[in-house]
Amino acid sequence: MNTLSANPWRGLPATALAIAASIAVAFIAPESGYYLNILMQAATYAIGVVGLVVVLGYCGQISIAQAAFFGIGAYGVALGTVDHGLGFFAGALIGVVVAGVLGLILGLGSLRLGGHYLAMVSISFQTILTLVLTNWISFTHGPDGVRNIPRPRLFGFSLESGNSFLGLVLVATVLATFAVWRLKSSRLGRRMQAVRDNDLAAATCGIDVFGTKVVAFGISAVLGAVGGALFAGGFQYISPDQFSFAESIVLLTMALLGGVQSAFGALIGTVLLVLLPEWLRFLRQVYLAVYGAAVILIMVFLPDGLWGFVGPRLAALRRPEDPTARRVPPLPLLARTGTPSEDSVLRVEGLAKHFGGLKAVDGVDLSVRRGTVHALIGPNGSGKTTFINVVTGLYKPTGGRITFQGTDITATSPHQRNRRGLARTYQNIRVFRGMTVLENVMIGAERPGNDVARDPDAVLQRALAALDFVDMRADANRMVGELSYGHQRYVEIARALAGSPETLLLDEPAAGLNTTEKVELGQLLRRLKGHGLTILIVDHDMNLVEAVADHITVLNFGRRIADGSPRDVLSHPDVIAAYLGEPRHEAA
Amino acid sequence: MSNFLQLLFNGLGIGAIYALVSLGFVLLIRAASVVNFGQGEFSMLGAYLLVVLFNILHVPYLLSMLISIVVMAGFGLVFAFTTYWPLRFRGGLPVIISTIGASIFLENLVLVLYGPSVVPVDGLFEDDGFQIGEVFLSTQYLAIIVIATLLVLLQYLIFEKTLLGKKMQATSQDKEMASLLGIPVVVMILITFAYSSAMGGLAGMLVAPILFVSVNMAGIIALKAFAANIIGGYGSIPGAILGGLALGVVETMGASYISVPYKDAFAFAMLLLFLMVRPQGLFGEKISEKA
Repeated sequence: MNTLSANPWRGLPATALAIAASIAVAFIAPESGYYLNILMQAATYAIGVVGLVVVLGYCGQISIAQAAFFGIGAYGVALGTVDHGLGFFAGALIGVVVAGVLGLILGLGSLRLGGHYLAMVSISFQTILTLVLTNWISFTHGPDGVRNIPRPRLFGFSLESGNSFLGLVLVATVLATFAVWRLKSSRLGRRMQAVRDNDLAAATCGIDVFGTKVVAFGISAVLGAVGGALFAGGFQYISPDQFSFAESIVLLTMALLGGVQSAFGALIGTVLLVLLPEWLRFLRQVYLAVYGAAVILIMVFLPDGLWGFVGPRLAALRRPEDPTARRVPPLPLLARTGTPSEDSVLRVEGLAKHFGGLKAVDGVDLSVRRGTVHALIGPNGSGKTTFINVVTGLYKPTGGRITFQGTDITATSPHQRNRRGLARTYQNIRVFRGMTVLENVMIGAERPGNDVARDPDAVLQRALAALDFVDMRADANRMVGELSYGHQRYVEIARALAGSPETLLLDEPAAGLNTTEKVELGQLLRRLKGHGLTILIVDHDMNLVEAVADHITVLNFGRRIADGSPRDVLSHPDVIAAYLGEPRHEAA
Repeated sequence: MSNFLQLLFNGLGIGAIYALVSLGFVLLIRAASVVNFGQGEFSMLGAYLLVVLFNILHVPYLLSMLISIVVMAGFGLVFAFTTYWPLRFRGGLPVIISTIGASIFLENLVLVLYGPSVVPVDGLFEDDGFQIGEVFLSTQYLAIIVIATLLVLLQYLIFEKTLLGKKMQATSQDKEMASLLGIPVVVMILITFAYSSAMGGLAGMLVAPILFVSVNMAGIIALKAFAANIIGGYGSIPGAILGGLALGVVETMGASYISVPYKDAFAFAMLLLFLMVRPQGLFGEKISEKA
């Protein structure tokens, strides 16, 4: 994939070609019969399966109800046309809207919680829908299903015959695949992948994690219903057992087999699993058992599905754009003439965070002045990281107030704080492992509230400039998981810088780095400081802190024990006692 | 009122089955962080073993049950090595999908070997039950409730009073720390798989005389055990038990007072309700993650 170009026409020629091919196939295909049915099934299922790519592959949420949404689309068409005198497309629209609304409701109810909740909720929904379809006979025709579903006319053409309707289905499949493929490298798609790879880091990059998951699930439900609506037109007969739990599992397996990260993988998986039963017919009843075993084997031996095997080999045939070739203007952040001033950007008053009886942070005051580097130090367990987590919104404070640029942000969510310009890095690096270095940094540049966030070309420029700043441009197209620990830390810093933050919080940036890397980090911090970015840094490394800090606050046992200029603080007797241990007193 | 008491009794009986399966499910979540979608198949296999041993080979009933439990414990190990072991470092999702694959495989394997017919099995006792006032107490339901109670007590004693139990708890809380303390984490996880499978099998045998034995019995039991687990509080042991009992009672009452065809829907409607209103369940789950 050519991630470096923000070309809006990307993939369109291939799509036009595929649409032409679809129409050609529709002309050659038989009007009815075995092969037509196989094609029809593969093409309609494929739309539902690319829907799963969005929710499961991009966003990492397990939905086991895709057959239910597929069924809602199918019943929309079937009941609309047969019982209620609607046209095909009106029925389909109703089915798709109902599926989308139900998807949003289920998503809103379950996605705020951990990953397994959506799985459970979707199973419940799937089971209830099957019961309703089977038992509400007066509305759904019950277990007998709905017969004689008509096919529509479109632009004056009759799609009555099997092959002409197949043309419509194939075109829809091509368009759905194209849309899902383009989604992956869009701003929304990157957000979904960020949520999948690391939801905490995503939140502190300004991404509304919950909203993104709900949108992904909604898109998936809608695509499922579109596939189902076309399925009803294709086979002209539907019944509840076609949309059961077992079918949801089949759709899930298709996505996984093909490779859930990719729309093309989904296509391959669907075609293969539609054909596989036909090929395995000689196995007769054993077929489903073989199929179950195959699922396990695929998970063990092809963790990224068939596309995970084929895709990178195809990509290697194309020459990727050289990321070092493009000239980009330097990071605009650096043009800002920040002069240290007395007004405080970040002000924390009486901040407290208690975990049960443990007072991790206990009434801490702190004020970070604009354009300065403020260090927060203290022995292990003194509450530094907890402090950062409360300030960035990952923990709710037990008490106290946080003001950022004059606004009280105590009650806001992590992504809202990031949108105001509060960026951070993590002690245990949190990068988006399933994505390239450049994509990681682009997510930073796309931070809502950043000046370039809505312009794809500017985002790319900004991301490259941030990579230049940490001297990582040459690695732009590498997967971030391949990098060394120290380089991953630079990616994390570049990600934060690309968002042009007002204030950068660095949580133990030197942790886990070797001596050389620490020296490089010190130089990087001095360069940042020289450009006037406001920084709050937490670290143990005294050399680093002394070299860059304008102001130091010391915590011990959750309380502030010293605050002032480096020279004063580091010679403060309480600080020395906290670091070197106190002389033993007899007092209790 | 007598009708109500009757339904309560039957509901607790079926609820005890859900509780047992749910317990097996929770133990795997705690010990190995595995969400096992093949949990219901443990029950189905246990029930089929009973059919083979008792109905076909005419082995005495209790001996059949005992052999089945032992076989199921062994099967739990096989399951662990094939479904969990190769994927153990790859996070939750691959293992979930692999257990789904295992469940498809097992159901269809049994279908091939045994066919789709529904097989009746005798209960534990000759007498079907006895009448107290207007309430009919089925011996099988009584047996289920008693055995489930004993198992829960036994499990409590093992977990709280023995070194093995403490090691298992340590493993479930922090695998890395447990292994640093010299606890053989792998062995603890394998024991959990064996125990979970054996208990699931026992639940299947106990419920077999009531639901009869079929390939399809697995799915619905497992789904309800999952639901019980969420209702009780994800990963909570008392939650699994109470959730299972509550679910059994609600669906039995719902089927009787509201609608028989929608019997299975009550469990899931209750689950959806809980997820919307009290997602942490009756006993609560710790959802936060350390940054």
